[in-house]
Parts: sequence; structure tokens; C-alpha cells
Amino acid sequence: MRALLIRDLKLAFRAGGGFGLGLAFFLIVVTLVPFSVGPQSELLSRIAVGVLWLGALLACLLSLDRLLALDWEDGSLDLIATAPLPLEGVLSIKALAHWLTTGLPLVIAAPAFGVLLNMPSGGAKWVVVSLLLGTPALSVIGVFGAALTVGIKRGGLLLSLLVLPLYVPTLIFGAELARRGLDGQSTQTSLLMLAGITLGVTALMPFASAMVLRMNLR
Amino acid sequence: MLMSVSNLTVARGGLPVLSGLNFVVKEGQALVLRGPNGSGKTTLLRTLAGLQPPIDGLIKGAEDMLAYAAHSDGLKSMLSVEENLTFWAQVFGQSDIEPAIDAFALPDLRTRMAGTLSAGQKRRLGLARLLVTGRPIWALDEPTVSLDAASVALFARAVQTHLGNGGAAIIATHIDLGLTDPEILDVSGFQADPETSSSSDAAFL
Repeated sequence: MRALLIRDLKLAFRAGGGFGLGLAFFLIVVTLVPFSVGPQSELLSRIAVGVLWLGALLACLLSLDRLLALDWEDGSLDLIATAPLPLEGVLSIKALAHWLTTGLPLVIAAPAFGVLLNMPSGGAKWVVVSLLLGTPALSVIGVFGAALTVGIKRGGLLLSLLVLPLYVPTLIFGAELARRGLDGQSTQTSLLMLAGITLGVTALMPFASAMVLRMNLR
Repeated sequence: MLMSVSNLTVARGGLPVLSGLNFVVKEGQALVLRGPNGSGKTTLLRTLAGLQPPIDGLIKGAEDMLAYAAHSDGLKSMLSVEENLTFWAQVFGQSDIEPAIDAFALPDLRTRMAGTLSAGQKRRLGLARLLVTGRPIWALDEPTVSLDAASVALFARAVQTHLGNGGAAIIATHIDLGLTDPEILDVSGFQADPETSSSSDAAFL
């Protein structure tokens, strides 16, 4: 298992591995928003949290189609499936590697990007907390989508269509948590819901992902 | 006896391709699968490797005993030869990759990225992976594709050594590897009648 994690991280950092791609996409989305809504700093600071969450979600989505497709193309997915590792564990490790190379950088960069959107001070903390709790769910659900579409030529668009609706609960409670925290309202409900979603999908989703992957490999 | 197969029916895309297969694989034995293109050799090997369930019949002893080598080598082009082998060794709980590197004449390529290797060199690296799995039965699908004569000889020697150590090999190939006393199984005699298709459910899944 550790060997697989190390391999995936190594591959992500080498040329063509796609590390930083999500981060750059996130930065561009955040930069484009002020251009599209105009130079109204008050409006921007009101929507900053929502934009950051949406940007992070889309950046996460961007890297999903490489998650299993690359391993499928060069045949290593078949070989990993016949190795003595449980497929559920393999896919959990894949999700972890995806989160470490895509989700975590987004969490760390979000406060800095918030400045571009005139996010009120005090918002940074809540954006980091909500993204930290929410992005693991995005990776785990993303692996499920990747397992569903593995083997389909140019399955990227289909993958997005399948995965985006599944991201809705995370987005709702994640953005809600950051917004409430920023406004000084009670955050307990959304905090618990967001943590619950993340823990729930992390525990259960790998089983579903492994099952659809087994069918796709047949 | 390492593995036995009785009355096996395998399917591809929901249609049965081979049926009524019976064979055993013993220590030190090479089983060579023959048959024209599309006769179901790959499907049989994938079923034995556990990548797809058989439609009917029994496979005994294959679990965690089989190392499968498919048409593609499963190499990461941005990892070096050594890193690729080390990864597979660790996945299979082994640590020593030196015998594999020596057996397939890879010492000079050690630090080269797998993506910069030639087709034959990639194949050699893919086959070296079998040695680091430490598994007794090798299931090989056209292992000699893109290998030159010298490399085929290297490969044949590796298989012979593996058999000598009490291992076994199931090889789908069209060329004569010069193995001592291989058992030949011509799958064209076991073609399934596609009309007697299984339930629609299996085809759907």
C-alpha cells in the first residue's frame, strides 16, 4: 500500500504528472471572477467564499480523468488488480494520493487567493477549515467516478456529468460552513454535516468504487 | 499439483468463447496454449488471473498463486527501470530485484526512464516483473512479442529456471521456446457454441 502511495506521489511530481495543474486552474478561475462581475469590492467580498469553494471543486474535478485512466492505458491497473492488494484499499490510496497532490494545495492556497476576491479578514480561517474538511470527500467521490468511466475513450466529460451531482452536498455544507463562520453565526450544524459526509464517503465509497472497477476490468 | 481447472467455460463480452476445459498444472510444468487469433487464449488467461469470473466450472488453487503478464507491460514511463521493478516487488511483498535485473540483462538500463526504452527493452522489463512477484504460477500472454532472438533465449532460460525451482507457467504463444517437455493445449478444440449463451444477466454485467 505504501509503495503505491509513494509511486503515485512520485508520478504526480514528475514531468507530465499534473501536479500544480489544479492549483493553476484554481488561480485562473479566481482571477476571472472580478473581471466578470466588475470592480465592486463589496459584491466581491460577499461572494468570495462561494467562488473559492466552486473554484476548488472545479479544480479537483479537472484532474479526475487521469486518476485511473493512465493506469488503465498502460496496463498497470490489470496487474494491480491481480496483485495481493485489496482493490478497496488500492482505491482509497489513490484517493489519498489525489487529495495530497490536488486537494491539500488548494486548501493551503485558498486564503491567499481570497485576497484577490477582497475576502473579509477572518474569512481565511473558515475557508481553510471548510475546505480541509470537504476536499477529501471530493477526492473519494472522484475515484468512484473515475472507476465508473475507466476504459471509456474520452470519458472525461461523462465523468464530470456523473460526479458533479454527487458533489452537491459537500458544496452546500462546505460553503455554508465558511459563510456562517465568516458572519459569526452558529456553525455547528454545517460543520457536523460536512464532517459526516466526508467520513461517510471515505468509509463506504471505496467499496462501491472497487465493485464498479471490477466490472469494468472484465 | 499447483492448480486444477475442471469443466471451465469462459466468456468475453458476455458470449462464451471456450467451454469444457479440463487441465492441471503441476510443479515444474509448462502448459503452452495454442490456437488461432480470437480463439480465447487471452480470455482464458484473464479468467485464471481472476480478472473476470468464469461462467461455469471450477478453478482450484489459482488464488494468490498466479503472476499475470498481459499484452501491455504496466510500466510507468516516468519511473526508472529500477523504480518500476521496486514498486512491483514491494506490492508483492518482496524486496530483492537484483536477480530479475540480471536475468533479463537490464543492469545497463537501471536508471533509464521506462518511457525512453525500446519496445523490446520494455518487454524485457515487463517480464522481469514476473521474477519479483515471487509467485509460483506464471500466466503469460504472448510474452515474446517484440523480443529479438537473444531476448527470447533469455526469457526461455528464465522460464526454465522458474520451472526448475518448482514453479509452473501457462504460456499463450505461437513460437517454440525450446522448453523441455511442455504440455500443449490447443484451445481451438474447446470452442463454445455462442448460441448456447448464458443468461442475459451475465451478459449485461
